[in-house]
Amino acid sequence: MIEIRIHGRGGQGNVVAAYLLAMAAFEEGRYGQAFPNFGAERRGAPVIAFVRIANKHILRRNQILTPAFLIIQDEALLHVSGVTDGLLPDGKILVNSPQSSDELSQQLGKEVISIQASMLAKKILGRPVPNTTLLAAFFALTGMLSQESLSKVLKHKFKDIVLEKNLLLIQKAVELVPAGLWQQETTNVTSS
Amino acid sequence: MLQALEGSQAVAQAVALCRPQVIAAYPITPQTHIVENISKLVADGKLKCEFISVESEFSAASVVLGAAIAGSRAYTATASQGILLMAEVLYNIAGLRVPLVMTCANRAISSPLSIWNDQQDSMAVRDAGWIQLYCADNQEAVDTTIQAYRIAERTELPVMVCMDGFTLTHTLEGIDIPTQEQVDSFLPKYKFSRTLDPQNPISIGTLVSPDFYSEARHSHHSAILNAEAEIIAADQDWEKISGRNSGGLLTVVGPAEAKVAVLTIGSVYGTLRAAMDEFDLEQPVKLIHLRSFRPFPIDALKVVCKDLDHVIILERAIGLGSGSIIGLEVLAALTELDKPPKVHKFAAGLGGRDIPLEILPRLLATLNEPSDGRFRIFDVELDKLPKEDR
Repeated sequence: MIEIRIHGRGGQGNVVAAYLLAMAAFEEGRYGQAFPNFGAERRGAPVIAFVRIANKHILRRNQILTPAFLIIQDEALLHVSGVTDGLLPDGKILVNSPQSSDELSQQLGKEVISIQASMLAKKILGRPVPNTTLLAAFFALTGMLSQESLSKVLKHKFKDIVLEKNLLLIQKAVELVPAGLWQQETTNVTSS
Repeated sequence: MLQALEGSQAVAQAVALCRPQVIAAYPITPQTHIVENISKLVADGKLKCEFISVESEFSAASVVLGAAIAGSRAYTATASQGILLMAEVLYNIAGLRVPLVMTCANRAISSPLSIWNDQQDSMAVRDAGWIQLYCADNQEAVDTTIQAYRIAERTELPVMVCMDGFTLTHTLEGIDIPTQEQVDSFLPKYKFSRTLDPQNPISIGTLVSPDFYSEARHSHHSAILNAEAEIIAADQDWEKISGRNSGGLLTVVGPAEAKVAVLTIGSVYGTLRAAMDEFDLEQPVKLIHLRSFRPFPIDALKVVCKDLDHVIILERAIGLGSGSIIGLEVLAALTELDKPPKVHKFAAGLGGRDIPLEILPRLLATLNEPSDGRFRIFDVELDKLPKEDR
């Protein structure tokens, strides 16, 4: 079972990202579970969502305290206490940030890949919503789920021009990261 | 068809498959997504139904009461403060013996204000005369919603389907949504024996003198107890159609030789089952999920508990000033046994506090500690309180 925690701010499509990730797992015949940790929802407030992906029925419903991966939609959250808590010893972080991956890896003492997701989204969607860009990059890094599955679930969620732009966006996003870089770690946690 | 859906979305679809004719609701977290999804189905023309937006939960309950008595299959949903505001009408619906289905998206009660999950809300109306069924997961929420209409209409009692707020309502997972044909073959058209008819006027809700009030109560109480058979039958018949059951009155898992059981209601059952697989436990343990809380299945509980030494109750509500709610009822039921197991009573996960897998070994470890057997909140952190409140 793979456990992923997504941190973002209200309005960044945090819950949507979690749902899309679990839906993509479901598309591929695996089991997915996604749920938010809501506070009093408001734009800009820090929010968390959880995703589990497994090869068998997922029974547990507790919050994810020891994720294998963190997806951070707003780099400022990296410096908020608690955000990186519980990340597994060889856990990885994907972050939306203009800072370089090396710089952030050094700062945090964890392997970090950073991409400028907001900037790319602003260019293509016209709005700086980083969620689908980060998901496409995450799929490419881990090789856990295919880009086709992501396209499929985007088609469930969006339509018309928003869908078209998102499909273009995820194509571009894949080019921002080295494909398969986290494949080994993904295999390790999947088999455990 | 198996689909990846949010629990609320799935329940909305299940409600629509039951072909309700009148829906009235007032939005409240975490029930909101259920009624939003239903209103969308109505607006899109996928559900032909009168959807009445009302100004309060009191009105929502009143509208569906009137609709059901006037001959329509009706539905409402609420949570928390909403259920408290409905309370007066809930007693009336039940006392008038009207078949209705309501979803309670379980949430804590103010004050202090909390939007998060526990089960204090449905527990607050446990004696209102409704059948109460608790769902362990979202598939059960879908299946129980459909079964609830048949149970309600055959027993002429209202049924409250309780599902944990957020933990179920806001969780996306694979859920099988039955076909319209499956539901139609299970659920006949709505027919109420006492539908209001101007050609045949009757009086309802009249004053009952002390000469008959006790008898009315006895009749109502017996009707709920007798509903056990319909709850079991609905689950069995639905299994023939869908291939799934929700455990009837209760579910037990675990090794036959186990002398200890943990009994709970609602979605924490899944976490406890995962914990059973995850940990090398000191001793074999059974898990009991109590699906039917009203009627309280005394006989079924006696059967599953008769060879046990210990039953640990884990509940998400508190009888303030007394302690355990479910625990006391289990204790009372089990005193009928020759050698009743010891009952240990805990609440946890109040106001949305996360219940981790570790709770199972920690609960079992309490059996090795000296105990006065009294209720306590298991995960309370007393150092957060001033000394005099500990």
